[in-house]
Amino acid sequence: MAIEQNYFILFELPQQYQVDTALLSERYRALQKTLHPDRYAHKSEREQLQAVQASAHLNEALATLKSPLRRAAYLLSLKGVDTDVSHQTVSDGAFLMQQMMLREQLDDARHADDPFEALEELLEQLQGSEAELQQSLESQLQSDDPAVLSDALDNLRKLQFFDKLRHEIERVEDELDDL
Amino acid sequence: MALLQIAEPGQSAKPHQHKLAVGIDLGTTNSLVATVRSGEADTLADVEGRHLLPSVVRYHGGDQAAEVGYSAREAASGDPLNTIVSVKRFMGRGLADVKSLGDQLPYDFVETDGGMPYLQTVAGEKSPVQVSADILKTLADRGHEALGGELVGAVITVPAYFDEAQRQATKDAAKLAGINVLRLLNEPTAAAVAYGLDSAAEGTFAIYDLGGGTFDISILRLNRGVFEVLSTGGDSALGGDDFDHAIAEWVLQQMGVEQLAQQQQRRLLDLARSVKEQLSGADQAELSFELDGQSWQGALSLEQFNGLIEPKIKQTLRACRRALKDAGVEADQISEVVMVGGSTRVPHVRTLVEKFFGNVPHSEIDPDRVVAIGAAIQADVLAGNKPDAEMLLLDVIPLSLGLETMGGLVEKVIDRNTPIPVARAQEFTTYKDGQTAMAIHVLQGERELVDDCRSLSRFELRGIPPMASGNAKVRVTFQVDADGLLAVTARELNSGVESSVEVKPSYGLSDGEIARMIQDSFSHAQEDHDARTLREQQVEADRLVEALESALAADGERLLHADDLAALSQGVEQLKRVRQGTDHKLIAKGIEVLSAASDEFAARRMDEGVRQALSGHAVDELNPDEQELSDLPDCLKK
Repeated sequence: MAIEQNYFILFELPQQYQVDTALLSERYRALQKTLHPDRYAHKSEREQLQAVQASAHLNEALATLKSPLRRAAYLLSLKGVDTDVSHQTVSDGAFLMQQMMLREQLDDARHADDPFEALEELLEQLQGSEAELQQSLESQLQSDDPAVLSDALDNLRKLQFFDKLRHEIERVEDELDDL
Repeated sequence: MALLQIAEPGQSAKPHQHKLAVGIDLGTTNSLVATVRSGEADTLADVEGRHLLPSVVRYHGGDQAAEVGYSAREAASGDPLNTIVSVKRFMGRGLADVKSLGDQLPYDFVETDGGMPYLQTVAGEKSPVQVSADILKTLADRGHEALGGELVGAVITVPAYFDEAQRQATKDAAKLAGINVLRLLNEPTAAAVAYGLDSAAEGTFAIYDLGGGTFDISILRLNRGVFEVLSTGGDSALGGDDFDHAIAEWVLQQMGVEQLAQQQQRRLLDLARSVKEQLSGADQAELSFELDGQSWQGALSLEQFNGLIEPKIKQTLRACRRALKDAGVEADQISEVVMVGGSTRVPHVRTLVEKFFGNVPHSEIDPDRVVAIGAAIQADVLAGNKPDAEMLLLDVIPLSLGLETMGGLVEKVIDRNTPIPVARAQEFTTYKDGQTAMAIHVLQGERELVDDCRSLSRFELRGIPPMASGNAKVRVTFQVDADGLLAVTARELNSGVESSVEVKPSYGLSDGEIARMIQDSFSHAQEDHDARTLREQQVEADRLVEALESALAADGERLLHADDLAALSQGVEQLKRVRQGTDHKLIAKGIEVLSAASDEFAARRMDEGVRQALSGHAVDELNPDEQELSDLPDCLKK
């Protein structure tokens, strides 16, 4: 399949952290209209197979550019930075302390008088910290300087911590909903 | 040699020929078949004018064929062991799952190695797949008779929340019934298609689909003919049947009886169903039940009934809340709510759903028929009858897919609500020094622990060269096709050792079992089988010839060198000749050769499509003659 491998070029979007998500969705739909296997259902098996591959590539491209975390990791990998999860550690002591405190807060929220309000507060705190990190990440990702990119990777790992925490908050919310 | 014929540019070589395709709604309680005729989609009736086909199969001893539909349903309480009702609830399920449905099921189950239990009947052991195939066959025959020709295929609907095993079992049933499956389509998506095309609406839809035995909720966005499923959720073992069971339990409670014999159980459930139906239009229903010469009489008020079923309805609303969250949409952003499935006729369901979404739900299209109608519309498009149709369905997988890692934990590879088709790879490594094999265990579900997820398949990657632990790099690739079916490959990157499986879930049937059943289902032997294979190969050859002829006529001169064009045209003529013969192997070979030869041409056409899609013009606005090949955009690298 000769389809473009670089996701940004595929969607004809500038190669940067900020993405116009409305435009992304629109281009995605336009491309699926041509590439989706349903368009080839009455064609030969080989064409159907090609369409499945092309369409899967397109879905992967969309998923990558739609999620801020995956988009940042993808930009870093395009710049030659290894973003492999298994090598990841965060050595920022203050950050790790903050994480531990937030997690304790989550535990407490579960048993609070109004658990939903406590969780909402926690979520707001988390969003504040995330916004800061995202801002610096955005400018760092414009650089080609390895030192700056290494800082960007650090920020990305921190954002991944926050993302995990967010999932846990949502899970607790679901649990409470089910009671 | 005869001169080759070349059609006028832009014209298909053959005059447009309408292909016969149907949409099938294979329901728990009732099934339907629909098709598009003269641009209108409608369900097909049997000779007596009835559209619904009860999903009930009754088996007889001897040579007598199985009975499907109304007559079978009427016989259900008289002959419960041989009359299979609501078989959809057993599809892709193991014995333990089936038992946990909580019903007092009136069947004799036979445990098998494969996992899906067989049902013991006078006609022998029947797998749920075979029972479903009997229903599908009846529907396909109805389509065949009504349309007066051979069907190119069918779109078969499944609950959006069906897992891999249940989808695979459905596809196996179609295969067994001799039906070419154009696509497995999620029921709520089918309903959205029926409504979307009816009202040409744009916006965000919620489709609430409560059938006899399954519940689905889908949130989807409609934008210029593209139906994009944002999220889906539900419960594949919750439906209107549960309302019947709630009534039945209440009756038993009133009578002070603990358990019933199979025959009585069926009779009580029939009574419960009729009470439920009465309460859709009345405030109270009188009922009486005779047991062992004792007669019991009572009345159930609408209010009491609502109380009995409310917990079940609330269960559906919890799934709605989760689906909204997954879609990133608030309830008040939903522009339309659509009701699907016979069980949405229950007034209390409508009331609670309306309250939840703050929106009066639609049910203009008969909730029993809307899914089949949507499926027929999609079948018409997939069969190639509407080459210029704007309509496109972008669906998602309902449940996450992952692998077992150390400690009985599940590592998710593809998250739920990911658009399909999708391919995703993840790397894993060895745990011990010198480890030469790796067990790959594929799972589906949202939970963290292996034991809480559904086991789909296990296979092994062997022949990894001995290395220190953590040095081997095994890349496992998950591929999900447009039907939502999964294939998994594992490859050790240093050595290139590879292993793969088409994921045949433990609860599906092995290829051998299917082959045997197909053989069994033909009363005649090999000749029939050959005739069938020949017919299949001829259809495939025709499909290729036709597709290639129209492609060559449209773009051949523009995209191909004269030599290549001549060679392909010649190949087409050759396949046409071979196709006239009776050797199916020769035809298969011919198809393979011509497909391979036309590969590059197909790729170029696809690239053209991409270029046009991105240029923001509809295809019909472009005049190909004015496009220079040199202005291919950067995005198309060769």
